[in-house]
Amino acid sequence: MGFEAKRLCKLALGPVLLLMSVLAMAAGGEVSEYNMEPGVTELGHRIYDLHMVILIICVVIGVLVFGVMFYSIYYHRKSRGAIPATFHESTKVEIAWTVVPFFILLAMAVPATTTLLDVYDNDAAELDVVVTGYQWKWKYEYLNENGENVSFFSNLRTPQTEIQNTEAKGEHYLLEVDEPLVLPVNTKVRFLVTANDVIHSWWVPQLAVKRDAIPGFINEVSSKPTEEGIFRGQCAELCGRNHGFMPIVVHVVSKEEYATWLSTKQSEAAEIKELMAQTFTLDQLMERGKAVYDANCLACHGANGEGGVGKAIAGSPVATGDLGHHLDIGINGVPGTAMQAFGGQLNDVDMAAVITYQRNAFGNNMGDIVQPIDVYNHKKANWRS
Amino acid sequence: MVDHHHGDHHHGPAKGLGRWLFTTNHKDIGTMYLWFSFCMFILGGTFAMIIRAELFQPGMQLVEPEFFNQMTTLHGLVMVFGAIMPSFVGLANWLIPMMIGAPDMALPRMNNWSFWILPPTFLLLASTLFMEGGAPQAGWTFYAPLSTTYAGPSVTYFIFCIHVLGLSSIMGSINIIATVMNMRAPGMTYMKMPLFVWTWLITAFLLVAVMPVLAGAVTMMLMDVHFGTSFFSAAGGGDPVLFQHVFWFFGHPEVYIIILPAFGVVSQIIPAFSRKPLFGYDSMVYATASIAFLSFIVWAHHMYTVGMPVAGELFFMYATMLIAVPTGVKVFNWVSTMWRGSLSFETPMLFSIGFLVLFTIGGFTGLMLSIAPSDFQYHDSYFVVAHFHYVMVAGAVFSMTAAVYYWLPKWCGRMYNETMGKTHFWISFIGFNLAFFPQHFVGLAGMPRRIPDYALQFADFNMLSSIGAFIYGASQILWLYNVIATIVAGKPVHDAKVWDGAEGLEWTVPTPAPYHTFETPPKIDPAHAHS
Amino acid sequence: MLRLSANPTINTVIKLVAVAVTMFAFVFVVMVPLYNVLCDALGINGKPAAQAYTAAPAQVDESRTVTIQFIASNNEGMPWEFAPSTTMMKVHPGAVNGTVFHARNPLPVAMVAQAIPSISPARAAQYFHKTECFCFNQQPLEGETSAELPLQFIVDQDLPRDIGTITLSYTMFDVTDMVGAAVVAR
Repeated sequence: MGFEAKRLCKLALGPVLLLMSVLAMAAGGEVSEYNMEPGVTELGHRIYDLHMVILIICVVIGVLVFGVMFYSIYYHRKSRGAIPATFHESTKVEIAWTVVPFFILLAMAVPATTTLLDVYDNDAAELDVVVTGYQWKWKYEYLNENGENVSFFSNLRTPQTEIQNTEAKGEHYLLEVDEPLVLPVNTKVRFLVTANDVIHSWWVPQLAVKRDAIPGFINEVSSKPTEEGIFRGQCAELCGRNHGFMPIVVHVVSKEEYATWLSTKQSEAAEIKELMAQTFTLDQLMERGKAVYDANCLACHGANGEGGVGKAIAGSPVATGDLGHHLDIGINGVPGTAMQAFGGQLNDVDMAAVITYQRNAFGNNMGDIVQPIDVYNHKKANWRS
Repeated sequence: MVDHHHGDHHHGPAKGLGRWLFTTNHKDIGTMYLWFSFCMFILGGTFAMIIRAELFQPGMQLVEPEFFNQMTTLHGLVMVFGAIMPSFVGLANWLIPMMIGAPDMALPRMNNWSFWILPPTFLLLASTLFMEGGAPQAGWTFYAPLSTTYAGPSVTYFIFCIHVLGLSSIMGSINIIATVMNMRAPGMTYMKMPLFVWTWLITAFLLVAVMPVLAGAVTMMLMDVHFGTSFFSAAGGGDPVLFQHVFWFFGHPEVYIIILPAFGVVSQIIPAFSRKPLFGYDSMVYATASIAFLSFIVWAHHMYTVGMPVAGELFFMYATMLIAVPTGVKVFNWVSTMWRGSLSFETPMLFSIGFLVLFTIGGFTGLMLSIAPSDFQYHDSYFVVAHFHYVMVAGAVFSMTAAVYYWLPKWCGRMYNETMGKTHFWISFIGFNLAFFPQHFVGLAGMPRRIPDYALQFADFNMLSSIGAFIYGASQILWLYNVIATIVAGKPVHDAKVWDGAEGLEWTVPTPAPYHTFETPPKIDPAHAHS
Repeated sequence: MLRLSANPTINTVIKLVAVAVTMFAFVFVVMVPLYNVLCDALGINGKPAAQAYTAAPAQVDESRTVTIQFIASNNEGMPWEFAPSTTMMKVHPGAVNGTVFHARNPLPVAMVAQAIPSISPARAAQYFHKTECFCFNQQPLEGETSAELPLQFIVDQDLPRDIGTITLSYTMFDVTDMVGAAVVAR
C-alpha cells in the first residue's frame, strides 16, 4: 500500500489547497451570504476563527478519506479487471485511526474550551438590558440605577402587504422593527434574557449572541460591539404562529448619540406619564391620532381608511358601532387574523388618540372622544375576559 | 459453509385479507412494515413538499403560518416514527431470522400486534390535521410550554399516539433481542453474526432503554395539561428546561436508533460489491457499542443555549466530540473494505457509496456543531437542518433504499430494472444535495429554522433548495414504480446467491425466499469467519 | 444469569420488560428529583432555594461590595402591577439586607399569585440566601388592593470573586386557578 499511499497524498493535496483558498476568499468578504458572520465583537471574531479552523480540518480529513475512496472506486473496479485482495483486518492500522483522530479532537478542544470560558466570563458590564420574549415581539428594558427604567416593545415593521405579496418587498423585508434596541459602542452590555409566555431565543449573529428566553427564568449573556452600525437578528426558537415574524434590530451608536437617545426616551416616558393624567380636546386627539394611525394602521387599513389587507375603517361597523367593542379590538386584536393586539404596544394616550381618530375621520363622524383614562379603565375591566 | 434444508412446504400463506391481518410469519410482517413505512415516507414527503413550496420564495404564498408549523411538526414525527423506524423494523423482520438461521421471530404473535397498532395510530395522528385548532404545531421536539399550556386540543391525541408508537417499538425490540439471543442456529456465535444483526441488537437495547423515557416525558405533559401538575411550568415550581433534558435523554439515543441499522445495512452491501470481506469486523462491533454507550451522555449538546453552567457545557462538548472516534472508525473501515476490492456499481452499491459520502459530510457538520461556542451561532439555524438531513436522509433513507434494491430479488425472485435503479440513484443524489447543501449556507448566514418566510438575502439558496427537494421527492416515484414493476413483471432470478459477492445465510435459501425458511437449523462451519 | 422461566425466550422477555418498566419509572423517581436536587445544589438555571435560609449569621465582609439588581415582571395574563422599590443595591457579603416589592391587584376580584425567583449568573444562586421572601408562599390579594412584599437576604462570603453583580428576577404568575390543585412537581 506504501506506493499507492504516497501517490494518493499527492492526488489529495491539490484539491485541499484549492478548497482552502476558496474558503479564505469567502472569509475575506465583509457580509457573507454563505458563511458565518465574524460580526462586530471580539468574541464573535474568535468564534468565527474557531468555526473556520474546525471547518478546514474537516475539509482536509474529508478530502483525504474521499480521495482514498474515489481512488479505489476508479482503480479497483471489477470492469478494470481488479482482483479482490483478501485482507480484512490490521490491528496496527485500526489502532492508528482510533488514536490519531483522538489527538486531532484534543487539539480542537483546546481553542473550543478557551473560547467557551470567555463567553461565560462575568466581568462587570457597563449596561444591563432586560430582553423579554413575547408571542411575538421583544420587549427591551434598560436597567437604570438612578431612576426609572426605560422600556419599550419592538415589533415587526414589515407591512402585511409585503408579506402577502401585494406590494414589492423592501430591502430589509422581515428584518425591520418599529423601535430598535439602541446600544453604545465599545460598551460591554449584559443582556438578561427571559420570556413572558413560551420559550424564545434572542439571536443577533453579528453580536455573537444567542440565548434562550425561558418563562420564569433569567439567562444572561454579554456582548461588546466595537463598531457602530445596524445589526439584525431573529427569534431562533419555535414559539408559535409568528415565530418567523419577530425580528431583532440593534443600532450600535456612539456613546454621545446613545446618551442623547436615552435622555429623549426618558423624557418621552415622563411626558407620557404626564399625558396619561390629562384630558384632551377632540382636535388634540385627532392630531395625535392621525400620526399614530399613519405609523401603525395605514399599512393594512389604507390612508383613507378604505381597507386593504385589513378591513375598511371608513363606515365600518366597528368604528361606527359600540365603543367598547372598538377598544377591545384595538387592545386585544382579532386572534387568527393579521389584526394584532396593540394594547401592549401603544401607550394609553396613543391608543385613545387613534381610536378617537378612527371614529371621527374618514367620514365616520361619531363625535366620540376617548381619553387615556378610558383606555386604562377598559383594560382594567376586561383583563380576564 | 451451510448445509441448508429446504423448508418443507407443508403449508404456505393463508388466502385473502386474513393472511395479512392474522399473520405471524416474519416475512409477511416484514413486508407489511416495509409497505407501511413507504406510505409514511410518501406522507411525510408530501408535508416536506408543502414546506418547500411555501419556502420557494419570500412572502406567504400557499399556507398560513400555523399550518406551516403543523407541517414541520408532522413531517418530523411521521418521518422519524412512521417512515424510518418501521422501515428498519421491517427489514429486521425479514432478514434477522434468515441471517441467523432461525425459522421465525421468537414471538410471532407479538410481532403481529406490534405492527398492527401502528396504522391506526398514524391515522389518528394525521386526523388531528382536521381537528379544531389543527395538528400539533410545536415541532417534532415539542418543547414545553408551547406544547402544553399553549397547545391546542390535539395535544392529548398526540400524547396517546406517542405512547402507542413507543409500545410498538418496545415490543418490536423485545422481539428482536429475544430472537437474536435465543434463536441463533447452532454454531452461529455472536461474533459470527452479520453486522446488520449486531447493529440491530444494539439498537433494540437502545430502544428498550429510551422509549420508556419518551413515554415518561409525554406522561408528564399529559399530567401538566390535564391533571394540574407543574412539571414543566414555572408557575407551580416546575421548569420548562426539564422537559428538554428528558426529551433529549430519549432524543439523542433515538438518533442512533435511526442510524445504527443503516450502518448495518451498508456493512452488508459494501463487502458484497467490493467482493472482499468487511474490514475490521470486530472493531465495527465495538464501535457500534461505544456509539450506543456515548449516546446516553451527550444529550445536552442539543441545548447549549439554555444557559447551562459552563462545566456542563464542557462535559457535553467533550463527550460529543468523542463520538467522532468510533464513527470515524466505521467510515475508515468501509473505505478500507473497498480498498483493493473488485468493485462494481449496481444500484445498492451506488446508494451505499452515496450513504458513505453524505453521511460523512453530516458527521463533519456534527463535529462542528459539537463545539459549544460555535454552536451559539449554529444552534436552531438552517445549518442544523442541513446537518440532520445529511445524517437522517442520506444516512437512514439512502441505506434503506440500498437495502431494498439489494434484497428485493431475494424477496420476490425477480430482478429490478438496473438502469432505472441507477437513474433513481443519480436523480436522488443530485436532488438531495441540491436541496440540503445550500441550507448550510443560509444557516451560517443567519436563517433560523422553522420559519415560514424569510429575509431577501436567503431567497436564492432557498429557491435552489426547494427545486432540489422537488427533484428528490419526484425521484421516489421512480423507485415505487421500479419496485412494483419488479414484483409484478421483473425478470425472474433463480440463483440462491443473487449477487456474486453476497455472503450470509439469507443467500443460501432458494430465490425467491420460501414462506418458511430454516425450519431445521442450518449447520455453520465453525472455521468460517462471520458472514 | 438470573433464570425466571424454563423457556429462554420468556426469560429474555421478562428481563426486557423489567428494563422498560424501570426506565419509565427512572424518569419520575430519578430524573425529575435528581434534576431538582442538582438545580438546588448547583443553581442550574439560577433557581434559588425554595426555603428560608436559617444558618447562623456570619462575619460581614466590609471589604467587598456586590451589586444586586432587582427585576420584576409579569407572566402572560397577569394583570398585577408589580415592581421593586429599588432597582439596585450595593451590599456587603455576610450582611443581612432587606427590600420590598410593590404589588397591586387592579382588578375588582381577589387573586392569588406566585412569584418565581431566578438568579443570574446562575452560579450565584447557591450563594444568595434568602432569610425571608414573599416567593416562599403564594400571595393572595383582594381586589383593588396593594401590598408591600418583603425580601431579606444575605450574600454568602464565599461568592466567587469574579461575580460582581447579581441579578434577582421575579416573575409573577397568576395561580388563582391552580390553588387547590395538587402541585406534584416542586
